[in-house]
Amino acid sequence: MEIAWVLGAPLLGGLLLAFWGARRWAAELNAWVSCFTLLAAAALTVRIIEHGPMLRFGQQFFVDSFNVFLVALTAFVGFTTSLFSRPYMRIEQEHGKLTPNMLRLYHSMFQLFIFTMLLALLTNNMGILWVAMEAATLTTVLLVSLYRTPSSLEAAWKYFILCGVGIAQALFGTILLYFAAEKLLGAGGQALLWTHLDAVRTQLEPTVLSLAFVFLLVGYGTKVGLVPLHSWLPDAHAEGPTPVSAVLSGLLLNVALYAVIRCKILVDGALQSHLAGDLMMAFGLLSVVVATFFLARQKDIKRLFAYSSIEHMGLTTFAFGMGGPVGTFAALLHMTVHSLTKSAIFFTVGHAAQKAGTQSMDRIRGLIRQSPAIGWGLMLGTLAILGMPPFGVFTSEFLILTTAMHHQPWATPFLLLSLAVAFAGIFGKVQPMVFGETTVQPLPHRPALVPVFVHLAAVLTLGLLIPPYLVSWYHSAAALIG
Amino acid sequence: MAVPLSSQLINLFAALLLLIAFAMLSQRRVLSLINLYALQGLVLALSTATVAYSTHQEHLYYSAALTLFLKVLLLPWILHRLIRRLNIKWDVETLLNIPTTMLLGIALVIMAFNVALPISQMAGTFTRATLGIATASVLLSFLMMITRRKAVPQVIGFLSMENGLFFAATSATYGMPMVVELGIALDVLVGTVILGIFFFQIREAFDSLELRHLERLRED
Repeated sequence: MEIAWVLGAPLLGGLLLAFWGARRWAAELNAWVSCFTLLAAAALTVRIIEHGPMLRFGQQFFVDSFNVFLVALTAFVGFTTSLFSRPYMRIEQEHGKLTPNMLRLYHSMFQLFIFTMLLALLTNNMGILWVAMEAATLTTVLLVSLYRTPSSLEAAWKYFILCGVGIAQALFGTILLYFAAEKLLGAGGQALLWTHLDAVRTQLEPTVLSLAFVFLLVGYGTKVGLVPLHSWLPDAHAEGPTPVSAVLSGLLLNVALYAVIRCKILVDGALQSHLAGDLMMAFGLLSVVVATFFLARQKDIKRLFAYSSIEHMGLTTFAFGMGGPVGTFAALLHMTVHSLTKSAIFFTVGHAAQKAGTQSMDRIRGLIRQSPAIGWGLMLGTLAILGMPPFGVFTSEFLILTTAMHHQPWATPFLLLSLAVAFAGIFGKVQPMVFGETTVQPLPHRPALVPVFVHLAAVLTLGLLIPPYLVSWYHSAAALIG
Repeated sequence: MAVPLSSQLINLFAALLLLIAFAMLSQRRVLSLINLYALQGLVLALSTATVAYSTHQEHLYYSAALTLFLKVLLLPWILHRLIRRLNIKWDVETLLNIPTTMLLGIALVIMAFNVALPISQMAGTFTRATLGIATASVLLSFLMMITRRKAVPQVIGFLSMENGLFFAATSATYGMPMVVELGIALDVLVGTVILGIFFFQIREAFDSLELRHLERLRED
């Protein structure tokens, strides 16, 4: 029942907002729908913790401790983003950047995007997973081009074509997966159900599965933003409205990685080798190294943090590739803290860019003088994402590094060097934006800063002491992934 | 050994698909490209129906009907309307000249057959010989997307890539489960409509649909 609520709320909300999305109270309706989704997700989480995994609706939906944690995270970040977008979009409207029709499109597509994310997480059918991932691109492509500026159109076009081609590779991978499964499970809808595939994974044909995994990794990896398939990501993040950047970075990348992990579990079973993990480690490490060296060259604040997202998704992919109980635990933790921190950063960056009237970092100066909350939010968020103790990112990065030293010592120098370069690159740029003489203007509306500090407080808590139920939750998820 | 008629028909359709893929690669006019796309959809629907008839797979009839409706009637109609509304008359410009593209295409076909060989040997379907052709038409559409400069031909390349994948699914496994096929069809339809909206936005901003305008966002 909870599954129906979790999926029904954003779908219905998206349809209602397609009609009423330009009304005065549309932003409030948007926030209420997201709040309801969050409550339903919380109920679902409680149920899974108490009763264990469940299958629903003719086995088409499957929830276990791995995906329920992402469902809760998605609903939570969706809710806080809807709170942030209320004043943000009002200010954009007053600056004359948005017409009522654009606002309607934005509200409706925001909810539909959350729906596709949740559908991708909850479905048990690998085919529907593909459909939901493609639908996620379709719902956000018009949001990236929302402002209709030449560069936003270019970003949206790149996003559409690159992710479309990528996702077509994933479809070919899914076809191959079905081809291997059909021999064991028979033709028909059952053969693509993940739970059925998981039950027979040791008998799946290894050659077909390894080929399928390459296609699936390249396909979904495009959406994770893995180098060299990442070039859509900075553009899409920089050109769309900031709430969209926050959910792309905080949610879409995670869900795409989730799809890869689901496939990896099957392939590991079939191959009895570490091929899938090795491929993920290679892609992950390459992403970390390349992204950090691009960081120093950025001039646009949203592009800077988009590259930082590539770096962190690379790190997470690397950790999942290493596997093992500690590696997977660290990867799950890193997914959580990156999501929370990066969306908090985008919230402050959005308001900072509005105050300065530009996204160019050279022209944003002295935020802290004019508005201490935004300045401190950006500073603390930046310190958190750079892995400073006592924030949660430090814990997860520390775990990933120590696991790498034990199991993949060759990779550690690359990781350490990249983290140092990232620190220098980002901190050096953020520091003058926060401190010093101010150039920024006050905002016409009160910014929503509660979400920023709620996220940062959560990241801080995860760094100081991970609550015991969360630890057992991560452990059971890590045991599933292996 | 006599080869059954249905099998011969499938092979004929597969050959036609490959031929159409090459024709698209060499086609310079946008209108003909759309017509070729519709023709590709028709051949696809016919071959799916033939497989359905000879293997008595109920659901393949539905997916053949879906293909016929979506890819032969609806999408080409949308694209034609779009061309008329946008008043596009120009020819397609390519980045490489046509003979070079054709040679590259031939190399891709050889590669596709080599990749598909181990899988088609494992397949139990009588259509398995066509898997190589399916892979080849996916790669050829990919080549078309890379070598075209304008927005509409790129999209047709994208759509025909989806056709190739669909053909691969039918020849390797007698098609995907119905619910997945419906989902894919919905995505393709919504994608085309969104692209339609998008074309208008691009033209409003640039007065042209040439993609070289869309090359400003680069790392410097």
